[in-house]
Amino acid sequence: MDLSKYRHPELVSNIVDKLARWKEPVKFMEVCGSHTMAIGQWGLRKLLPDSIKLISGPGCPVCVTPSCVIDALFSLEGVTIATFGDLLHVPGSRGTLADARANGLDVRLVYSSLEALELSKERETIFVGIGFETTIPGIAQTIQIAKKENLSGFSVLPIFKTIPPALDALLSSEEVDIDGLILPGHVSVIIGWKVYSFIPRKYGTSCVVAGFEPLDIMVAIERLINQIETNSPRVDNEYTRVVTPDGNLKAQEFMQQVLQPTDTYWRGLGLIPNSGLKIRDEYARFDAAKKYDITLDFGKNEDNINCRCADVLKGKLTPPQCPLFKTECHPHNPLGPCMVSSEGSCAAYYKYET
Amino acid sequence: MEHKKIILGHGSGAGLTHKLISEVFAQTFKINHLDDACKISDKMVISTDSYVVNPLFFPGGDIGKLSVSGTINDVAMSGARPTFLVAGFIIEEGFEISALQKIVCSMQKTAQQAGVQIIAGDTKVVEKGKGDGIYISTTGVGILGDGDELSVNRIQVGDKLVVNGTLGDHAVAIINARDRLELDPPPMSDCCALNNLVQAMLKSAEVKFLRDLTRGGLATILNEVIENSDVGIIISEELLPIKQSVSAVCGLLGLDPLYLANEGKLVGFVSEDERLLDEMKKHNCARDAAIIGEVTDEVKGVYLRTTVGSLRPLPILNSDPLPRIC
Amino acid sequence: MCIAIPGKLIKKEEDKGIVDLGGITKEISLAFIPQAVENDWILIHTGFGLEIISETEAQNTIEILQEAYHSDPIQK
Repeated sequence: MDLSKYRHPELVSNIVDKLARWKEPVKFMEVCGSHTMAIGQWGLRKLLPDSIKLISGPGCPVCVTPSCVIDALFSLEGVTIATFGDLLHVPGSRGTLADARANGLDVRLVYSSLEALELSKERETIFVGIGFETTIPGIAQTIQIAKKENLSGFSVLPIFKTIPPALDALLSSEEVDIDGLILPGHVSVIIGWKVYSFIPRKYGTSCVVAGFEPLDIMVAIERLINQIETNSPRVDNEYTRVVTPDGNLKAQEFMQQVLQPTDTYWRGLGLIPNSGLKIRDEYARFDAAKKYDITLDFGKNEDNINCRCADVLKGKLTPPQCPLFKTECHPHNPLGPCMVSSEGSCAAYYKYET
Repeated sequence: MEHKKIILGHGSGAGLTHKLISEVFAQTFKINHLDDACKISDKMVISTDSYVVNPLFFPGGDIGKLSVSGTINDVAMSGARPTFLVAGFIIEEGFEISALQKIVCSMQKTAQQAGVQIIAGDTKVVEKGKGDGIYISTTGVGILGDGDELSVNRIQVGDKLVVNGTLGDHAVAIINARDRLELDPPPMSDCCALNNLVQAMLKSAEVKFLRDLTRGGLATILNEVIENSDVGIIISEELLPIKQSVSAVCGLLGLDPLYLANEGKLVGFVSEDERLLDEMKKHNCARDAAIIGEVTDEVKGVYLRTTVGSLRPLPILNSDPLPRIC
Repeated sequence: MCIAIPGKLIKKEEDKGIVDLGGITKEISLAFIPQAVENDWILIHTGFGLEIISETEAQNTIEILQEAYHSDPIQK
């Protein structure tokens, strides 16, 4: 598949020229961490006029994972922890999983939950179940395979989160003032775009589902401007080559068979009802929280007192507006989750924006 | 965050490594100027390196080939002609002698092809469980020619940046082999000795400075090169030689080839010269040589001009880039 | 928050497939896209095929943009 079409400099600069004429200040939130990375990687922020501000949202599963999860894993013994690389340097109160590995905990990086399943054939393995709807179906399917093949050495610590309830909570907050949302392309492959219909209806916010190539993102921004210009907030789908109105029903089926909604805590946003997924009772023996009696203490306030990640995640502040940004908080010494995660807003700003 | 213990990130070649070297080693040994190779007389340079790789045998090479070509390259980047190597081995109890023989033969073959002699060595054995099969350390010496010394201080605005081929090959080969991604065909490491290529470059153009692109990748090395200077660097995304398969793996794992290790690649800072690329391409290890950017006073720091025309900074990362799913 | 890349399905065996990522191939699960056939382009994430990429839609997107190259600019 020739992706260069979506990186065509003339098509991109054509949209840049059109957007340059837009004068009314607007704030758009890219919900998804991968969009934050793509915008940074392609230098798109600098191509936009001053009137169009892009703010990074809470769609970074590492950023919104509370440090008590790391603390809980740190305390385990005699078991292998399999995790996506994203989580390795997230600090808990005792250190990161990298530090835990230096202390003797067997921590393995995997690309897929299926690799963790393979590992579990040799040793007791906990797979850290982090991710949004793009990632969750694969993990659900892996749990089903584990049940079918009776692989009792495998379990998943479920810290899944779902996007639509988080967007509802975010937009209902009086502190948040956003004119449009660039909606997450790959989450939407799974859940479809119709699920976001409540957003323009309830909040009057313009929405476009976008892919991750530079042209995808610039077209999405152009379409948001068009919605504002014509005062017609709606959900528009730019990523038609993979996103459909209802999404991937098969993937949703796998999720529903294995998991059910639950309330969960988002670092920076607090408790959001029905925004998480837990493992159903019939798969309980693959639930690491039950198997190893892991209780997550969400009540602890884990962040540096001056850390403004919560405000950054809500789009109230850009990272440079946080007093700790680049002074005490930087990738060598991350004080909050937005700097720890390589796709967190602060880390992306530090890396890509001067 | 202050680490009280060594973590793997300290060996990445990136920010954590620099911090460790600066705070623990350079301060204690009172070394003011850190470089891969060091002049010990008017004409002689010396360099040392240690080799730790998992798996020990990988497509395109093994720890033996790596330990010889790596140190040859460190010496060669100073402009010196590498002549002798000595090697130290730490071998784990239970390691197959047949595997050791393969590694040693690989070292000899690599050295011979490069015209370098391995003249001395040392061996230690550690208890089972206390070593990862085998670790190798090599020290090399080289003799400088009569030409101008290669130095960062010679780099000036207008100089071009040249690389001898595709980026990120070695890291991707190792990731696939180690993490059992089961890519087919398995990506090959670019591990090779570059000393003959360097000598050919020195004869055919005005070369100001050379660095091999090992840990940390091109972006990290370029930052190190201009760390204490007033110039900036802009490289062009369109000009970067990157294999389609490496791009695909990087896309799969969320990695950036500009920050990935190579074991047979260098970057040269050169005055413009039409003959240089033709000369380089006569060598097997430089068939995909390309001019990728230039030294400039338009910016401070290292930047990438993207395919869509924007300018993106390329800072030093804190530690090894990790595969990510998000 | 989820990186996924395209690969061409070159071999299918029940609910698994081999995709070509650009000179190298990898096995993935096709559990979510049982309707995929050889030569389909697939969107891949963490070892799973998430969706079949519609080449018609992909082509449409580019054609629309190329036509819009000459369209009216935004007024405000």
